[in-house]
Amino acid sequence: MKFTKDHEWVEVAGDIATVGITAYAAEQLGDVVFVEVPEVGKTVKQGDQLAVVESVKAASDVYAPVSGEVVEANETLSDSPETVNALPEAGGWFAKVKLSNAAELDALMDRDAYEAFLGTL
Amino acid sequence: MSMNSVGRPTRPETATDANDYVHPTLTGARGLLQDEALIFELDAWDKTGVDLPDAPAADDLGDLVRASAIGLPGLSEPEAVRHYVRLSQKNHAIDLALYPLGSCTMKHNPRLNEKMARLPGFSDIHPLQPQSTVQGAIELMDRLAHWLKTLTGMPAVALSPKAGAHGELCGLLAIRAAHEAAGNGHRKTVLAPTSAHGTNPATAAFCGYTVVEIAQTDDGRVDLADLESKLGDHVAAIMVTNPNTCGLFERDVVEIARLTHAAGAYFYCDGANFNAIVGRVRPGDLGVDAMHINLHKTFSTPHGGGGPGAGPVVLSAALAPFAPTPWVVSHEHGFHLVEEAKGPAAQAFGRMSAFHGQMGMFVRAYAYMLSHGADGLRQVAEDAVLNANYIKARLSDLMSPAFPNGPCMHEALFDDAWLEGTGVTTLDFAKAMIDEGFHPMTMYFPLVVHGAMLIEPTETESKQELDRFVTALRALAGAALKNKDGAGEVERFKGAPYHAPLKRLDETLAARKPRLRWKPVAAAPLAAE
Repeated sequence: MKFTKDHEWVEVAGDIATVGITAYAAEQLGDVVFVEVPEVGKTVKQGDQLAVVESVKAASDVYAPVSGEVVEANETLSDSPETVNALPEAGGWFAKVKLSNAAELDALMDRDAYEAFLGTL
Repeated sequence: MSMNSVGRPTRPETATDANDYVHPTLTGARGLLQDEALIFELDAWDKTGVDLPDAPAADDLGDLVRASAIGLPGLSEPEAVRHYVRLSQKNHAIDLALYPLGSCTMKHNPRLNEKMARLPGFSDIHPLQPQSTVQGAIELMDRLAHWLKTLTGMPAVALSPKAGAHGELCGLLAIRAAHEAAGNGHRKTVLAPTSAHGTNPATAAFCGYTVVEIAQTDDGRVDLADLESKLGDHVAAIMVTNPNTCGLFERDVVEIARLTHAAGAYFYCDGANFNAIVGRVRPGDLGVDAMHINLHKTFSTPHGGGGPGAGPVVLSAALAPFAPTPWVVSHEHGFHLVEEAKGPAAQAFGRMSAFHGQMGMFVRAYAYMLSHGADGLRQVAEDAVLNANYIKARLSDLMSPAFPNGPCMHEALFDDAWLEGTGVTTLDFAKAMIDEGFHPMTMYFPLVVHGAMLIEPTETESKQELDRFVTALRALAGAALKNKDGAGEVERFKGAPYHAPLKRLDETLAARKPRLRWKPVAAAPLAAE
């Protein structure tokens, strides 16, 4: 699993990247009450807005950690946004993206680097 | 001898148990505060407060004849009046107490303004009246425009925007029109600092711009190096609030303007905090191209449920030709509203509203200006800053100011570092303030400060009132800090408010599973006559 400074995580299997927000982000957001996942077929560039997550505290954009085409969105989040809090780095994933540039992954942090980054916040 | 021989005590018994006896009331009311139902629950079919004429003959209406009742609640006039007065008793208002919402400038609304706004020449007129019959009202608009231009050092003003965000939209539309007229329609980016009001990026996005954030320095100001690196031929404008939402003056504002103009972009200033500098600083001198002025903040017209806003926008010479219609011109025969986009208004980008803006607010704001005078407005800014610094100074030993170095402007900003280890959050603290009789400050804004508490006392509070507020906050802060060594009562905060008409709401449940209590009954068919 790789991480961004904006607290997204990405896990790659083959050329499909599953994207979500980290446990730290979910904790900081507080209770998530609404998630807007992208439409399947949408093409995103790294850093583009991918999804919207809204908690009782704030509404935030979730950025695409990698470029590619959205091949699947986690539709269960519209009925159960609480999954983002309960299982942020598993069942609370937002979308699956078919990678268009796997090299982008190299610039992302591994878990140790991300933990160290959190220590600086 | 006793006048009170019928056994009626003149004061409460000094009974021991009686004062401790707390019980839920049988009706749900508390004292003389009624437990108020929804207006639809007060409905009864056989009551009405008005005597309506019979409906026109069905022939006239064709297929528009209604087949069922429209479901308005039936109440007598006193029932309707009491319903809304009871609701108002559960609300907070600037006429009840200090209202320290940071960024909102909840200052007193002088009664003189109200008296002026009710003069029939202002209150009983219609926008479609011939201009010759409302010359006084148009002259007032002209004079208000003169004051706004003079106070800001700007050559033009659009009076018609109806609120701050509407003013932002007006400013950006003028900027877009100017760029397009100059063949610079390719500029599609707007820069805004991370501490910006949420309306700034929202307005830019609404106008079709991409928003890029400008980083902030450790002392809460715009990071000039970051700004410079993000400026370029693609940038249409920057949007900067000054004083900013951290309650700090952007010291480098002149340099910000220079860099912006050098890059061919315009400088939009969010004037929400003009209250802190009115009479002392003219934004036009700082290089601002467009700025909205919240008449409902700086110039004391009611808001926050008390009245409509008004957000006139002052414009620099570069943007003035693109100002929306209408505007006032004076000539030998009187005053005239320029309505059509021709002649000197040929480049006007359009209109912001069907008519000319919020006349009632124009009158109130102008009354405020005349009653204060230029020197009085200057003192408004000075006292607003002094009051905020008094709050900051009185609370900084217990609470942690977000930017401890140097004075603040018109609002004092604290973070939640001082609450660490107490188990109390900013939200808990704010809710406990309600129990102590004070409306909370603005919480969790600006977003760049963790657990932000933004207190704006405004200039209209006396030292006695500020002391009352500070005393309550110090007592509450002391109670919160006791939790650090386990000696406190964290429940005082976690469950607060205990004494409000409603307890702490479960915002998560309310958002995830909203339960709307009232459901309309199926409309009954109209009785056939």
